[in-house]
Formats: sequence, C-alpha cells, structure tokens
Amino acid sequence: MSERRILTISVLRYDPRVPEQRPRLQPFRVDEADGMTLFLALEEIRDRHDPSLQYDFVCRAGICGSCAMIVNGRPRLACRTLTRDLPDAITLMPLPVFELIGDLSVDTGHWMRGLTEKLQAWLHSDAEGLSLDALEERMDPELAEEVYELDRCIECGACVAACGTARMRDDFVGGVGLNKMARFRLDPRDTRGDADYYELIGGDDGIFGCMGLMACNDVCPKDLSLRRQIAFLRRKMARIGIG
Amino acid sequence: MKVAYSDVLVVGGGLAGLRVAIGAKRRGFDACVLSLVPPKRSHSAAAQGGMQASLANVARGAGDDEDVHFQDTVRGSDWGADQHVVRMFVHTAPKAVRELAQWGVPWSRVRRGPRTAIVNGEAVTIEEADESHGLIAQRDFGGTKLWRTCYVSDGTGHAMLYAIGSQAVGDGVPILERREALALIHDGARCHGAVVRDLVTGELTAHVARATVIATGGAGRLYKVTTNALICEGLGHALALETGVAALGNMEAVQFHPTGIVPAGILVTEGCRGDGGLLRDADGKRFMPDYEPEKKELASRDVVARRMEEHIRAGHGVKSRFGEHLWLDITQLGRRHIDRNLREVAEICQAFLGIDPADRWIPVRPAQHYTMGGVRTLHTGQSPALRGLFAVGEASCWDLHGFNRLGGNSVAETVVAGMLVGEYVADFCADTANDLEVSTGLVREFVERERANIDALLRRRGRESVRALRAELQQVMTDKVGIFRTGADLEEAVDWLRQLLERSRELGVSNASTGSNPELVDAYRVPRMIKVALAAACGALARTESRGAHFRQDHPHRDDARWLRRTLATWPDATATLPSLSYESLDVRAMELPPGWRGYGSKDHIEHPDTAARAAEVDGIRARHAASGRHALQDALMPFAERLPQRLRGPNERVRQGYG
Repeated sequence: MSERRILTISVLRYDPRVPEQRPRLQPFRVDEADGMTLFLALEEIRDRHDPSLQYDFVCRAGICGSCAMIVNGRPRLACRTLTRDLPDAITLMPLPVFELIGDLSVDTGHWMRGLTEKLQAWLHSDAEGLSLDALEERMDPELAEEVYELDRCIECGACVAACGTARMRDDFVGGVGLNKMARFRLDPRDTRGDADYYELIGGDDGIFGCMGLMACNDVCPKDLSLRRQIAFLRRKMARIGIG
Repeated sequence: MKVAYSDVLVVGGGLAGLRVAIGAKRRGFDACVLSLVPPKRSHSAAAQGGMQASLANVARGAGDDEDVHFQDTVRGSDWGADQHVVRMFVHTAPKAVRELAQWGVPWSRVRRGPRTAIVNGEAVTIEEADESHGLIAQRDFGGTKLWRTCYVSDGTGHAMLYAIGSQAVGDGVPILERREALALIHDGARCHGAVVRDLVTGELTAHVARATVIATGGAGRLYKVTTNALICEGLGHALALETGVAALGNMEAVQFHPTGIVPAGILVTEGCRGDGGLLRDADGKRFMPDYEPEKKELASRDVVARRMEEHIRAGHGVKSRFGEHLWLDITQLGRRHIDRNLREVAEICQAFLGIDPADRWIPVRPAQHYTMGGVRTLHTGQSPALRGLFAVGEASCWDLHGFNRLGGNSVAETVVAGMLVGEYVADFCADTANDLEVSTGLVREFVERERANIDALLRRRGRESVRALRAELQQVMTDKVGIFRTGADLEEAVDWLRQLLERSRELGVSNASTGSNPELVDAYRVPRMIKVALAAACGALARTESRGAHFRQDHPHRDDARWLRRTLATWPDATATLPSLSYESLDVRAMELPPGWRGYGSKDHIEHPDTAARAAEVDGIRARHAASGRHALQDALMPFAERLPQRLRGPNERVRQGYG
C-alpha cells in the first residue's frame, strides 16, 4: 500500500452571470482516499471547502453522461475517473463548445436536443399505428446487437469537446450526430434511405466537415466505433453526392 | 409574476413522465415536461437488466401469460399490491414492449437452435424453436416462475429512455431542463399546477395546468448507500406531502437490492443472477440454497437481501476495509456471455473496482434500491384527495408493487403506467368539467410563499451546514430504517428525524447567489426530504408486522389479520413535526389470488379471517369455469378490463398460443 497522497485539484471557476469576475483556476487540496473518483473528490471540495462549486453528476456510475469534463487536458467522465490513475496535480475544466452554466457545469442538454431536432434522430417507422396486440416484427438477433452497439451513446459530449471541426464550426454535428445517423441507417425498422440521410448530413456541418482527426474515437467513454462509422458513412454519402 | 400555462404539466423527465407527455400530446393536449436534468440523464437510464412482459418467446418462457405474471407480481408484493392494478399492468406490459420495438428499442432477440446457459450453477443446453427466431428474447429474474424479462443486453433502461426521449423530441414535446417544481398550487381540493424554479437563473414561474403529473422517481437519497442517482431525493413525494391533502402510500416499503458493489453502492444487475451468477461467502461457499431451497439466488429481492445480511451476521461475511461484504460470482458465465449480455456490469467492475468479472468475484452487499411507496392514486393515476393531481412510475403508489417489487417490474411499470395514465390524463383534460378555474390571487400566494422561503434561506446565516444535516438524515435512515427494523430503533429514528426537521427550519446558506447555487438547492430540499423520511419511519414504526421488504425483528410474521392495510401518510399541519397516519384496508373478498405462501421466504403468516372463505370461493369459480377459457374465468374471478382505456383492451398474441 503506497502512502496516502494529498491531491491538488485546480478547478476553473467562472460564473457567466458575473462577467466582471474573470475566469480563474482555484486550487483545492484533498486527501486521497481508497477508490476515490473525481466525483467523490469534488463532493469533498463542496463539503469542506466551497459549497458554491458547480458541477453536474447524476448517476455517478458512468451511465448517464452528465459529468464529462476536461481532466488534465482530456475529456473524460469524471464519475468513473479514479484519482489513483492521475498525478498529484489535477486540473479540471468545463467542456468547451457547450454553453457554460458555471464552473464545471455546461449545458449539453440544450445542444443535444438541437442536434436531435436537426438530424431528426428518432426512428422513422411505418409501423406506427400497427396493432400492439400482435406479435412484434422479427429482427435478426445479430443485427439487433449491432444496433444496440451504436445505441449505447450517452450524449456526454466528450466527442464534441475533443473535435477540431466542432471548435471551428458551431453547426457541426460531431461524432455523436454521425453515430446517430449510422445507428438509424443500420436499423431495418427505419424507413429512411441514403438519399434522406444525405439531406441530413451530406454537408460541411455533417460528414464532409469531419477532418479525420478522430479524437472523438479516442475519447469516447463508451468505446463506440466512431472511426469506423464515420469512414463508412463518408463513403456512402459520397456515393450519393456524386450521384 | 411570470405565469406559464399548459393543459398538462409533467414534473419529471424519466420514462414515466415522457410517456405520459407523449400520450397526452398525441391526444391533442399541450403537455410540458419539467426536468431537473436533461431527460436522457434521468435515473431510468440506470435500469440494466430488463422489463417484464409475458411474451413467452423463449423456450424457458413457454406457458407464460398474464396469469403467471400476475401471480408472480402479487406474491412478490407479499399481497400488498392492488390486484386490479396488477391485472391492468400485466395485460398492458406486452403492448408496451411492442410499442417500444416500433419506436426503435433494439431488444435482444431469440436465436433459433441450441445454446448453453447456466441454470442453478449448471451448464444446460436450451433449444430455441424456429418459430421464435427473431422475436424479443427473455431472461430469468428473481421471483418469477418463468423467463419473462425482456432486455437490451444490460442497458435496457438506457435504450428505452433514448427511444422515448427521442420520440418526445420528434413529437415536439417541450421539455424545460434544469427546472424544479418547488410546490404544487392548489386550493385544498383541486391542483392547479406548480411553482417552478429555474435552477440556472433562479427565476420563479407559476406554471398553471389543468392536470399536473408527478413523475419524479424514487427517494433513494434518503439513504447513505443507495443505487439511486443523486437526483432521486423524493422531491415529488414531498410536493404531494406538503399539500397537506394528498397522501403518500406505504412509504415504509423500501427495497434493498442484493447486489450493490462495495463500497460505491453502484448497482450490478439482477440479470447477473438471472443468467446464472451465484452468491458466495467468505469461504467461497454458495450459501443461498441453504436458506432458500426453492428459488435460491432467485428468490425475491427482499428475501435474498435479508438472507445475505443474516449470513453476514452469522459471521460469514468477507472483511474488508469498507466493512463486510459477500461475493457475486459470474465467472462461470464466461467472457463471451459477459461481453454480450452483461457489458455494463463489466464496465462498472473495471471502472470502480479495477477487476474483470470474468476472472474475479464482485464484492457486493445490499443497498437501497427502490421506493415502493409513493403518491397514493387511483388506478387512473389520479389522487383521490386532490383533483387534477396525478402521479406515475416510482413516485406513485397506485399500488403495483405492494411491499416488494419484482426485478424487471419497474421499467415495465414506467412505460405501462405512462401509457395508461397518459390516456387518463387526456380523458381528464377532454372533460369540460375539469376546465381550469383558478384565482390569480391563489397563484400569487403560492409563488410568494416560495420566494419568501428562498429569501429567508439566502438571508439567514445558518449555524448548521446543509450538507452535514443531509448526511445525518442519510445516516439515521441507513442505521435505523434499513433491512432489519425494531420498534426501539424506529422510535429513535423518528425522534432524531423530528429534531433534524426542527434544525432544518433554521437553515441558512453561506453563498448568497440567487441563481445557480447548489447550496441553496440543498437547503430548500433537505427539510422536504426529512418529511418524506418521517413518513417512512413513522409508517415503519406503526406497522407491527413483517411484510415484503418491511421486516420487523420484533414482529417477524406477516399479519394479514391486522395489517392487510395500506399506510397513508399526510402532513395536514405545515408546522407539525410528524405526519398523520391513516389506513385503507385491502379487500380479501375481492382478490383473485387470496393471501398465502409466496413460494419462497417464511411460511408462518397470520391469516386474515376472510382468506379461507375467499380461497374456497375462488376454487369453486375455477372449477365451474374449467372449460370456459381463461378470459371468461377472469371475468368471473376479478373483472378488470373496463378499467383499461378502450384501445388497450385487446388480448395479446403469443407465438405458441395465438390470442388464447
């Protein structure tokens, strides 16, 4: 058992409703505990040092996607980041791109709703109105698993925060958006075809805005195959574009 | 004063709330959802293992139907459930699964042919029929006679929430994120909406509505160790309680899930045991068969959790620096199965424990998991005390679960109740007798009261730390109102909670920001949470029997003669430090399944005087209708169909039985 560390956690402090107070990094000293996550460390800071510190946790189990933040320069889910995997000095920043609410809290919800509306990212089906009493439509078991694989996105925003294009283009749909399109495209219940998807993502705010840096793939906490999905979609969409 | 209006105001953006909003919107009513967080972050997403619906597609589900699901659920509830509601639920559950399939949930599907599964610690070969290929699959879960739990790997709640959440966006349902309802606006007989606080700007709005729906989920955060998300603080329960009129039902019925990981309390799904995982003690011994020879690891959660604690008390716990625990062993399932069907579990074990569950055992101990009690409603979801107030899902007590909920019946309840209550809310709005007549003076009074409360918190320099007070609440509930309860402990808990409530009335905050201010939020929530905790503790103290998850060491028998009753807690006097308790009896003579032994757990209950007569009557009806088919039998035993919305009354098709 190694010696207990004292961590120095520097947190970006800023309240956009008090713009005269400039953003600053505030260091807090925290005694590291066994199995400590950044969630537990931040709760301790709120308990012992500063009850006004803003951040977002909901499930604290890596499921809900609320707590993505920049941890020592990299977007991560804070709730399932163990402090023992980090150095003594830890710097926490809010995700870029998303509107800042305060300190480490950003408004991913509004952004994701806008994305869902823009990409019409819900199942477009002609099953609507079919009887709910009758046997369900069959689906190939492997295919159902493949769809779920892409359905696992938790809209945490890490891929958007890490994306070069998203930093330059406000309207870029990011890994999260492209993955959603790949997910519906794979789903045999969705009636849309490639020409429809081209209308949604066939521009510079969609598949052709991606510069191929693939940081999204590297930071996704759910290990979604974003690189593969983007490459595949690009080929399909290019084919439609060339016509 | 800022005032907003909609036909329907739904408080809570999880599965139940979203489904109600979609239902009401599709019937042509304006429905608006308030959510503390972006709705896809709701605790519904954490449901892993699955949703019960008697589709009977898999070989081990053959013979399943509504009747079997009904019996499992009533037995699971330890006869605390409302049997009419259980019937409505089991009838609608297959329709809900099929609707979600139409909305895009990628349910795991049956694959034809032989496959190896682990049942009772042994590898067995199960042959799936050709005719089932591609239909929705089911897995085994605790307290069920047959394999009935439909699932999407172990991310069922996530997949359901994303399908419904995206559908709500597609339907154009407005969802106001980071908004909190602080109080219901009412005149003692009719609910008119809620006072709503914007958690970012601090602005208060009066949201006036014809129907107000509480869909805020559970109250797990009353406890220190809980699988619940941080937002599950019982705030919807408190909204109802603070009206002084609406009642909370059975708040003493609190479920502890057998497998929370130690120390974080994060859930690993019952699907682990359903798929063949075993519980082991410090010696590596599988101990559940000694206690529960019938269902072993797959008895109902209340029974398994109690047996685990009993085994630890008998000296068989594994000692660790975080206290004692037991082991959950899923190594025999193999890496391939875990990677496909239990991948969330694998991720959690990796992230929080640093172990691979395909190789190593998982340290587990029971943790608070589910709030069976809730806002008491009729089968329509409407409060019998406050017209225009509805409740749905975990926040409600229409009473599907009685004193113990079966695994897989909670996400099922969210969408089933959402479908049903969505219709009833729309019916309510369609009736001109329910048009809104509300005085602006009344609305202003409620807004001003909340404003004054917040101003006082911001002004006062409290001597108490808000967070320390909440931690004390959680400690009391964990120590005194837990799995094993005694009269002495509960008396202590009630006294302590009363003192906490008095202390909480002196709270102030150090950070005077009127906008986004986490300390302020805690400060106005904690007194409400203490009231909900008091409803649970007082109900538990008064209930001198053991039923389902409520276990009194000093009254270890289920006592149907005295306690086949539902606890109702109200808070008529806002300045009081205790709730008022009253009771409503369950009518044995109307039960389809009269009280008896559950099929697991203890066998020594005290019988209700009407049970024998009703049991004989039921036997007689069954004998007379032996040849007339189960739907006719149902009408003779306990008709329920007229309680369902017309469009949901049809029989459910099954692959082997057709519509029979």
